Amino acid sequence: MVHVSVKKLGVSFGHLKVLRDLDLDVQEGEFIVLLGPSGCGKSTLLNAIAGLLDIDAGQVWIAGKNVTWKEPAERGIGMVFQSYALYPRMTAERNLTFGLRVARVPKDEIARRVERAATLLQIKPLLQRRPAELSGGQRQRVAIGRALVRDVEVFLFDEPLSNLDAKLRTELRVELKKLHMQLGSTMIYVTHDQIEALTLADRVAVMNGGVIQQLASPKELYQRPVNRFVAGFVGSPAMNFISGKLEASNGAPAIVCGDGVRIDLAGYAFAGRPDGGRPAVLGVRPEQIHLVPELPETTSLPLKLTVIEPMGADSLLWGEIGKETVSIRANSDETHAIGESVNAYFQPKRASLFDAESGVRL
Amino acid sequence: MSAVALNPAEAVEPSGPKPRRRFAPATIMVYGVLIVAAVYYLIPLYVMVMTSLKGLEEVRLGNIFAPPLEVTLQPWVKAWTSACTGLYCEGLQVGFWKSVRITVPSVIVSIAVGSVNGYALANWRFKGSEFFFTILLVGSFIPYQVLLFPLVLMTSAIGIYSTIWAVIVVHTIFGMPVLTLLFRNYFASLPIELFKAARVDGAGFWGIFFRIMLPMSLPIFTVAIILQVTGIWNDYLFGLVFAGQPNYPMTVQLNNIVNSIQGVREYNVNMAATLLTGLVPLTIYFVSGRLFVRGIAAGAVKG
Repeated sequence: MVHVSVKKLGVSFGHLKVLRDLDLDVQEGEFIVLLGPSGCGKSTLLNAIAGLLDIDAGQVWIAGKNVTWKEPAERGIGMVFQSYALYPRMTAERNLTFGLRVARVPKDEIARRVERAATLLQIKPLLQRRPAELSGGQRQRVAIGRALVRDVEVFLFDEPLSNLDAKLRTELRVELKKLHMQLGSTMIYVTHDQIEALTLADRVAVMNGGVIQQLASPKELYQRPVNRFVAGFVGSPAMNFISGKLEASNGAPAIVCGDGVRIDLAGYAFAGRPDGGRPAVLGVRPEQIHLVPELPETTSLPLKLTVIEPMGADSLLWGEIGKETVSIRANSDETHAIGESVNAYFQPKRASLFDAESGVRL
Repeated sequence: MSAVALNPAEAVEPSGPKPRRRFAPATIMVYGVLIVAAVYYLIPLYVMVMTSLKGLEEVRLGNIFAPPLEVTLQPWVKAWTSACTGLYCEGLQVGFWKSVRITVPSVIVSIAVGSVNGYALANWRFKGSEFFFTILLVGSFIPYQVLLFPLVLMTSAIGIYSTIWAVIVVHTIFGMPVLTLLFRNYFASLPIELFKAARVDGAGFWGIFFRIMLPMSLPIFTVAIILQVTGIWNDYLFGLVFAGQPNYPMTVQLNNIVNSIQGVREYNVNMAATLLTGLVPLTIYFVSGRLFVRGIAAGAVKG
């Protein structure tokens, strides 16, 4: 069932149109992550869903009701902010209960909800402290608790982990995932961190320039990006791009690089019939390239190694094919020398091919 | 042949805190300027205090820097209770209470209006709010004298001219631009997410103002109070123009005492009266300095 629905949404700041004709449907109980570089409109979209900014056009529906003109508090949402936004002069408990006190919820009901949220988030011992006396992780827990006690169906997160250090971020990420499984509520989560997006989401909406580029499961997103932006944005280290011209003669598609190197693409699932002579970009992820032809249906890439970066668990080898630079994630036990010429192998069926001009997947 | 051998002063291996010269040119400059400035302000004050503690005969000796041979509080008592302003000889106490009755409501009303204005402009963008803000900015640069005559006409038209209320209204109007600016900038510096969180929690315009913003605004209210109390207490022009003779504030009365040309010039009484008038702003500075507490907003956001 569709739970949150954004229809033909338009938002602009002055003359700058941030979002235009944006549609998004979120299923009940789904964890949706809005992912994109800064300035892509992801936070704007979240704020529009929350009702915290004025929209130009379109509608927002939550739980089957048109809430486009409703106040944020009337929309049945809870929100968690990047900077925690705890009321500094109130204790953690008063922070949790502020919204309920405003809404004149009976005292015993407030106590019951605080008890539940505090138990769930393990913040019971912190309830009488002021925000200044809490650590970053504890503050964010209290902020999540404040959304929790509102007993809402939809949770909105605006980069909630970005202010925490790396270790805490990982811990809280796991807790958020557990929380989602326990509550089963609909969650919309904004981040620019692709690891958070891929680990937490049921579906990820990758945004750029105010437009949702691709809305898909993390796996789909990673393996079959719909365009070059998504391919380049998701994945670290980034996907390798080799540009050239498509060749489709006698049923054996291939891409020919600028300096004449021909890369065979047999096995690649084209979206349409490949037309020869079209400028295209081949995208291969570093971990999909191997230095031994151990997999079936591989294509070879003649490479000259230029840089080797040991990264602990594995090493990143940088090589050149013609004028293009290609990175390969290799086992750290393998030993290679700079300047060595090697043959690398990848499976065309797992690679991506984009139109050079439009960036659309071919 | 090493450089160390050439300069024996640098033969010591650098280790630990870098030694500082006690009388560096910069230090001498800073202390020199500070001392000159302090003397410049303190000597007149010293003369005033000394003169106010002398009897009139001793004042006539003309030795203004000498401490009193015989300390007397008589000039202070006279200034407070029986110094003459024109026909009335009831001392400064009359003006003091008038000033209190002008200052207290003016400060409260102007700060109340200014803080709500600033909050609305910072957090509730409405159509034309930028325009309104520009008008206020321009307003804070308009010289008072330009508006004096229209304001006299306006206050007399609504029938409050020559009453304490006229002074209060005028102070509130003239306090508005600078106070609005002050509060707007302060509220705009608070994290906007606090405001958003409060809206998600269901608080409205006044709810957010009183329950979220005000508890975080002690520093800026302290600043506003200092600004307004000293400004309104020290005001001479509006008191003279708008209050009417029976309601003259302390500053106007002080001027009348000091500038009265009948009889002997009682310098000691004049000095005491001036010090008495200046006592209120002075006290405000001393007391409120402590209220400048930092870290009121600590813990709201990262940090």
